[in-house]
Amino acid sequence: MLSIKNIQANVEGKEILKGINLEVKAGEVHAIMGPNGSGKSTLANVLTGNKSYEVTGGEVLFDGKNLLELDTETRAREGMFLAFQYPVEIPGISNATFLKTALNEIRKYKGEAELTPKQFLEKIKEKAKILGLDETLISRYVNVGFSGGEKKRNEIFQMLMLEPKFVLLDETDSGLDIDALRIVSDGVNIYKNGKNAFLVITHYQRLLNYIQPDFVHVLYKGRIIKSGGKELALELEEKGYDWIKTEEVETENT
Amino acid sequence: MNNIEEKELKSSEEISDDKKVLDDLTSSEYKWGFVTDIESETAAKGLSEDVVRMISKKKNEPEWMTEWRLKAFRYWLKMEEPTWANVHYPKIDYQNISYYSAPKQKPKLNSLDEVDPELLKTFEKLGIPLEEQKFLSGVAVDAVFDSVSVATTFKASLNEKGIIFCSVSEAVKEHPELVKKYLGSVVPYTDNFFAALNAAVFSDGSFVFIPKGVRCPMELSTYFRINTQETGQFERTLIIAEEGAYVSYLEGCTAPIRDTNQLHAAVVELVVLDDAEIKYSTVQNWYPGDKEGKGGIYNFVTKRGACRGKNSKISWTQVETGSAITWKYPSCILQGDNSIGEFYSVAVTNNYQQADTGTKMIHLGKNTKSTVVSKGISAGHSNNSYRGLIKIGKNAEGARNYTQCDSMLMSDRCGAHTFPYIEVENDSAKVEHEATTSKIGEDQIFYLNQRGISTEDAVNMIVNGFCKEVFKELPMEFAVEAQKLLAISLEGSVG
Ligand SMILES: Nc1ncnc2c1ncn2[C@@H]1O[C@H](COP(=O)(O)OP(=O)(O)O)[C@@H](O)[C@H]1O
Ligand SMILES: [Mg+2]
Repeated sequence: MLSIKNIQANVEGKEILKGINLEVKAGEVHAIMGPNGSGKSTLANVLTGNKSYEVTGGEVLFDGKNLLELDTETRAREGMFLAFQYPVEIPGISNATFLKTALNEIRKYKGEAELTPKQFLEKIKEKAKILGLDETLISRYVNVGFSGGEKKRNEIFQMLMLEPKFVLLDETDSGLDIDALRIVSDGVNIYKNGKNAFLVITHYQRLLNYIQPDFVHVLYKGRIIKSGGKELALELEEKGYDWIKTEEVETENT
Repeated sequence: MNNIEEKELKSSEEISDDKKVLDDLTSSEYKWGFVTDIESETAAKGLSEDVVRMISKKKNEPEWMTEWRLKAFRYWLKMEEPTWANVHYPKIDYQNISYYSAPKQKPKLNSLDEVDPELLKTFEKLGIPLEEQKFLSGVAVDAVFDSVSVATTFKASLNEKGIIFCSVSEAVKEHPELVKKYLGSVVPYTDNFFAALNAAVFSDGSFVFIPKGVRCPMELSTYFRINTQETGQFERTLIIAEEGAYVSYLEGCTAPIRDTNQLHAAVVELVVLDDAEIKYSTVQNWYPGDKEGKGGIYNFVTKRGACRGKNSKISWTQVETGSAITWKYPSCILQGDNSIGEFYSVAVTNNYQQADTGTKMIHLGKNTKSTVVSKGISAGHSNNSYRGLIKIGKNAEGARNYTQCDSMLMSDRCGAHTFPYIEVENDSAKVEHEATTSKIGEDQIFYLNQRGISTEDAVNMIVNGFCKEVFKELPMEFAVEAQKLLAISLEGSVG
């Protein structure tokens, strides 16, 4: 579904991603782990087309399409979704208005009819229930005055509403207590259907107890320095990142 | 379109009836006077006592009115044009303006194909019905507007309640006692340079009188869109709400007005007695000039309301997106105890537009309250200033003011400025002022983009959200058009 080939990217002239390769197939869950500042969010921003991030080399194919040629909204309409590490506040615009606009844009792009207000409302109710989301949150302004946990839950709610093919979760677990973590993970697991795929970014192993990855990759200083199965996450939890860093230094020296 | 289907169903007799109504409406005899008399002469350029007399004579005004204009003119001669506003324009040569001209006859066109495509695009975006589009752009119309018949029934039901709603010219003749009592009582001709000029040469405007205890049963617009076209350069409006009366008045027209008159100097006066309320909403989108800043209207308005009675209330709501230069401070004089003044404003400037706008809240009575919410949006190379005065008189025991003044910048070349003036002479008063300035958030745009929303729609959403507190004060229909208008004036301003 998503094929990342030797992606390099700069932020403010500084090279952050130094050649990332990754192949994600439909039905798979990949985890990207790595210490703070290693470039995880940068990868998410590059994949979603944030203009502050300059791609200097490489290629990304999304269902065969050249992803990097598309603007952010087209990528989103094609089914690329990012649950933000820091969801943004939009004062004066209700969550409902925002979601309705987004959903209809995506439907229009796919050649589907707009939802009637009744259909939309039903969909909202159904999805809110999955996440145990307080319905008053839906009429409130987008993320304004939401607690950290509410913001993260709202991201997953949007995912359920917009039904993307490819989901990037950027540190969705941070700021969540154990109950909220379970609810958010349940949302993701319910949404998983074999046709969609996930890239779960986290620097703690904790989330991966709830969302089971098929593959785990370690990102360090802009490179994937190790890949493995879900047992790699446990190993990292146990030993920290240092042993890989050492390994990497050894490889670099040889 | 419905209109066309309806037309086909009508008998030819009915059609000619309808046509007659329309003809009446647009001809000089139209009784209600909202379409000003059609005169063919235009006065020579320049201003003198003779010109003032001529204007008054053309309008068949009584002697007292002529005298009032002349006094204003003599006073104006001694005045200097104000320069304190944060706006810049070449010096106006007041002797190079014609002060009396017949309402501009638009060139008659045969079909919409002959109309400026830019104009049509705007109409479309505003969702203006096809027949109205034709009317507005001067295409001969043979269909009938719903508003024609509505206007007639509407008028009858107002008369029943004793409400007077007519042109100022008509009021001068039909209701001289009211005009003498109130005209210039809130904005005297001595008030400022442009108010004096307006008093001397005012063309026409609306007159509204709501008698004691009457709630006006509908929103009074300066007559539906079709009738608001030729308001003229020096408009004069007077609205009076007697004890316990209420009226909501909508000024303006969301359709683009292409007026070649560069200088507009209107005066609006509101008088509110005990327990009465006037809600005055404006949407202004006069020609702002082109992208290089050429052309455009200079809009120098004096708007003021007097809350004369106890528990009276005036609420000004304005959405200003047009004009090259705007100089405008709708104000409230809170004389009556417990009276309330409100000012809700959205001012948008793009390209090379300049706006210096705000309000004055003058607290004189006890426990008077005022609320000011101003949202300034600047794009392109424009300059947007908020200027506000909160004055608490020494007898205004327990007066309260809350002012919130937010600016949003859409580019790196535009400016936002805030000039708050606060004068407090009573210790028990509370005055609060909050101000913010922010650049439109790239992170906000990216967030919306990432959910499939285009940048243009994202900007509109963010800006509309920013203006929410003001838009919710507008009557529903107006609010929808105001939002669309905002989108049009900010088109292409980001990215
Ligand atoms: N918008 C930005 N502006 C400046 N520097 C940035 C920006 N985003 C990321 N960086 C820098 O890029 C590096 C990688 O950051 P990031 O991708 O956020 O890492 P992670 O998500 O793995 O913690 C860091 O050194 C960070 O300071
Ligand atoms: Mg990060």
